[in-house]
This record gives sequence, structure tokens and C-alpha cells, in this order.
Amino acid sequence: MASPLPDIKLVLLLPEIGLSLLAMTLLLMSAWLGKESRGRIATWAIAGIALVAFAMVSLSSGVPPSTTLGGHFIDDQLARFMKLLLLVATAFPLLMAGDFLRQHALESGEYFVLSLFSLLGAMTMVSAGSFLVLYLGLELMSLPIYVLAAYQRDQLRSSEAGLKYFVLGSLASGILLYGISLVYGATGTTVIHDVATILKAADHVSPVAVMGAAFVVIGISFKVAAAPFHMWAPDVYEGAPTPVTAFIAIMPKIAAFSAFFRVLFEGFATLQGHWGPMLQVMAVISLAVGSLGAIAQSNIKRLLAYSSIGHVGFLLIGLITDNALGRQGVLFYLAIYIFMSLGAFCLVLVLNKGGVGDEIQNYAGLAKERPLLAFLMAVFMFSMAGIPPLGGFIAKLYVLMAAVHAGMITLAVIAVLFSAIGAFYYLRIVKIIYFDPTCEPFAVKVGLSHQLVLLISALVVLGTGLFPGRLLAWTQATVQSFL
Amino acid sequence: MSLHHYLVLGALLFTIGVFGIFLNRRNVIIILMSIELILLSVNVNFVAFSHYNGDVSGQIFTFFVLAVAAAEAAIGLAILVSFFRNRATIDVEQIDSLKG
Repeated sequence: MASPLPDIKLVLLLPEIGLSLLAMTLLLMSAWLGKESRGRIATWAIAGIALVAFAMVSLSSGVPPSTTLGGHFIDDQLARFMKLLLLVATAFPLLMAGDFLRQHALESGEYFVLSLFSLLGAMTMVSAGSFLVLYLGLELMSLPIYVLAAYQRDQLRSSEAGLKYFVLGSLASGILLYGISLVYGATGTTVIHDVATILKAADHVSPVAVMGAAFVVIGISFKVAAAPFHMWAPDVYEGAPTPVTAFIAIMPKIAAFSAFFRVLFEGFATLQGHWGPMLQVMAVISLAVGSLGAIAQSNIKRLLAYSSIGHVGFLLIGLITDNALGRQGVLFYLAIYIFMSLGAFCLVLVLNKGGVGDEIQNYAGLAKERPLLAFLMAVFMFSMAGIPPLGGFIAKLYVLMAAVHAGMITLAVIAVLFSAIGAFYYLRIVKIIYFDPTCEPFAVKVGLSHQLVLLISALVVLGTGLFPGRLLAWTQATVQSFL
Repeated sequence: MSLHHYLVLGALLFTIGVFGIFLNRRNVIIILMSIELILLSVNVNFVAFSHYNGDVSGQIFTFFVLAVAAAEAAIGLAILVSFFRNRATIDVEQIDSLKG
């Protein structure tokens, strides 16, 4: 019995194909060519990402959304938007990494190859039309990141971070996979669209499907570090090399939130009554952990880890509202969050003294010595706190507006309260930078690539705060095509 | 043997795996074994469902899971070796240099 071949439209896979070819070429280059080629690999990786981004935008403009490989691979507005964010979220940490790797004698092509493979996995995950592709993309994204976290292999902190990330990340994939197996058992298919059709047609909701959905949600929540599944985040953020931390803080979150979009709004749309309350509890706990946990932190990377947990709380609220405004808010928030985090981590990288300590107290008196860097830090911290007229304010505003629209007043009030508590520790950093006396001089030199990252991040954070119209229109168009 | 038997086996293996990760206070190798156990419990589920649903995609899924599990074990052991070189122990209680 010959079964028909599934439709294969390779054009839709071009960004992924190009990226995998690039990654494999660079892997061979780093193995064959000598030490002097390392600089070239960095340039090639970043240029390649830029090329893929350019090709994706120019090839996909005006092309209607479609699926290929028998519904396993989706190319729609959401995938294109998220892929663009992913490319930015990979290219910028790579730009930041060059100087860091040179300084710590870690220069090698593998760093860039691993980042590219991770990006490839995330892009696959964003386009996933079935749980199989979702899982494979997730693993391809995660496995290189575990290695990257342990990249400073002569440092105990780095290898410990890698080990912790590996154990909890693998547990998360295991839980996700168990959920997928239950959903497969209840519906008999792994294609997300078919799962939705079967669940809709069923006259009663099977408990197996509900349990499977719960496990899937928990598995993805581990990846975005939503409380109570956040235990790994502070340790990993602190121990991993700073450019890797910047990468870990943004890239998996974009991919995992796209997975949430596909799974919750398409696959489990009929189970909203089950996953809605679950996410609500997680959102509130994330907000609480994010704002209360950060207060006691003295290490800036740990503090940013807690801050990212708080941001995830906001993003989850956007998902729960289940209206177009909330989804738009999530996309907008993700875009702003990338640039706020990139800017903050780039400053941490630039200001790092001596390679180990990232204590907030080290920044005392920064404003007197390096006023521009201090101003940038203040911009990113104010934006994270959600103070107008910066991008972070508009992002939080949209999510809260969506919550109020959906009638979730209590949730909105809780979010506002916790973000007010959160503002305390962001402002504490600004206070230390501007008003505390300098303890030791700042002998920092900001390299060209770091200047570029800081400039673009600051421009985006300021620009979207003052003129949010374009990004809002873009996210709105993305969401409307998804509905 | 009904589907139920296989599902109970899968659930038991999964539970043992999860508890193995959280209750184990001695050795990281045991954590790696627990992770493998979780993935195997998923495979049992997939094959059982695939057989009883009369649909082959679950068995295909199993092959992918096996391949990924191999890669995961390789990476986990590599990171563990690099950790051992720095710390000279793989005792779970000793993985404590990062905390706040």
C-alpha cells in the first residue's frame, strides 16, 4: 500500500536550511582552520544571521501563511515575527561575546556554532505545527545552551551552572514529553491542528487530555522560568558567562512563548477553562517571586534573573486574557524585553571588574566617572520598572489594559502592586550608581561592538516609549493574522 | 495485557524518575539515570498508545525520543566531567557554590 508523499515546500524552510548550512560550514571551518580563523568565524556567524534575517523579510513579504510537511511546519505571520526576534536575540549576544571570549582566552569557533544550532532549534520550535517538531526544536535549542552555560570549563561556577541547567532542563523536557504522550493517547495524533479539531468534536473532555495539557504547560513553563518552576534561573544566570546569560535570558523565552501561542491558543483552545486558572496562579507567583526575591540580591546577574521571572509573570497575564489585545501585548512585551535585557547585560559585561564579581555595590559612583554608562543603566532599569516614557511602560500598559478588558481586575491590581515593589530594587541600583561614593576607579573600555549593542538597545527602548505606533501596528497585524 | 497495564507501568517509571531527581541526595549519576527513566516511561506510553490506537506516528515519535535521549546523555556526562574536574566530587550536596 503506497501512501501519498506529504507536500514538501522547501521554500518555506529556506531560513532554517540556510542557517543549518551556515552552522555546519562554520563547524568544519573551526575544526580545519587554525587559531587565526577564529575572528573570521565570528564575523561569518553574525553576517550569516543578518543575511538570513534579510532573506526572510524580503522573501516572505506578501506571501500568504501556509503549512508544509503534512502540517508539521507552519509559516505564518507569528512565526516570521518571532523568528526575527530570535535572530536579533542571537546576533546581539554574539556581538557582545567577541571581546569577552578574547579576554578569558576562550576563543573558539564552537561558541558561535553552538549559538547558531540553538537558534536553529528555536526557529524550528517557533514554526512547529506538531508536537514532534515542537519537541525536536526544543531539544535542539536547549542542548547547545547547556554546553554554552558551562563554556568556561575551568571555572567551577560556570560548570555548576551548566550542570544545574542541564538537570532541570532535561526534567522539563521529560515532563513536556510525558504530556505530549498523554495528549497523543487521548487524540491519536501529534499534529496540533488535528488535536484541536478532535478535542473540539469530543462531547466530553477526556481527563487524559487535560492531564497531558497540564504536563505540556508545566514543561514549557520550566523553559520560560515561570515560578514555581524558576529554581534554576538565578543560579544559572549567575554562573554562566555573561554573554551566555544574555542569550539564555532572552532566546529560549521567545521560542517558548511562541510554543505557548501554538499550543494554548490552537491545540488546547477548548481546554481554556483548565489551563487558564493554572496560568493565573503561575503568573501571580511569578510576579511575587520576581519582585520579592530580587530585593535581597547583591549580585546584579542574580537580580536580573529575578527581574526576568517578574517579566514572565506579566507575559503570562497577557496569555491568560485570551483576547487580541493581550496577545499583542505579549508580542510587544517580548520585543521590548529583548532590548532591555540586552542593554542591561551588555552594561554588566562592560562594567565587570576582574572577571568574577558582579556585585551591585561595585557600581557605586559610576555616574561621576562614566556619566553616559550610568545614564544608560538608568534608562534600562527605569524601562524594566515600567516608568514612562520608556518602552517597558507601554509594554506593561498593554498587558494591563488587556487584563482589564478581560474583566480580570484583581489580577491587574496584583500586577501593579508587585511592579511597584519591583520598582524599589530597580531604583536602588540607580541610587547606588548616582548617589553612592565611588569605592574604586572604573577602568573600563567600551569596545565598538558593545557600543553598537548599547546604542541600538537604548534607541529601541527610548524610541518605542516615545513612538510606539509602528511596533504596535506590526504586533497587531501579526496577532490578527494568527486569529 | 490491556492498555491500562502499560499506562500504569509508564506512570510508575515516570514517578520513579521524578522522585529520583528530587529525593536523591548522593550522586549526580543517579540523576542522569532518572532522566533516562523519565524518557523511557514516555516511550512506553507512546508505543502502547500507538498500538492500541492503530496509528504509527507514536512509534515514530519513540525513535526520535531515543535519538535525542542519546544526545542528551552525552551532553550531560560531558558537563558532569567538566564539573568533576573543577570540584573533584559529584555529590549532589556539594553542588552549592551558587546561591543567594
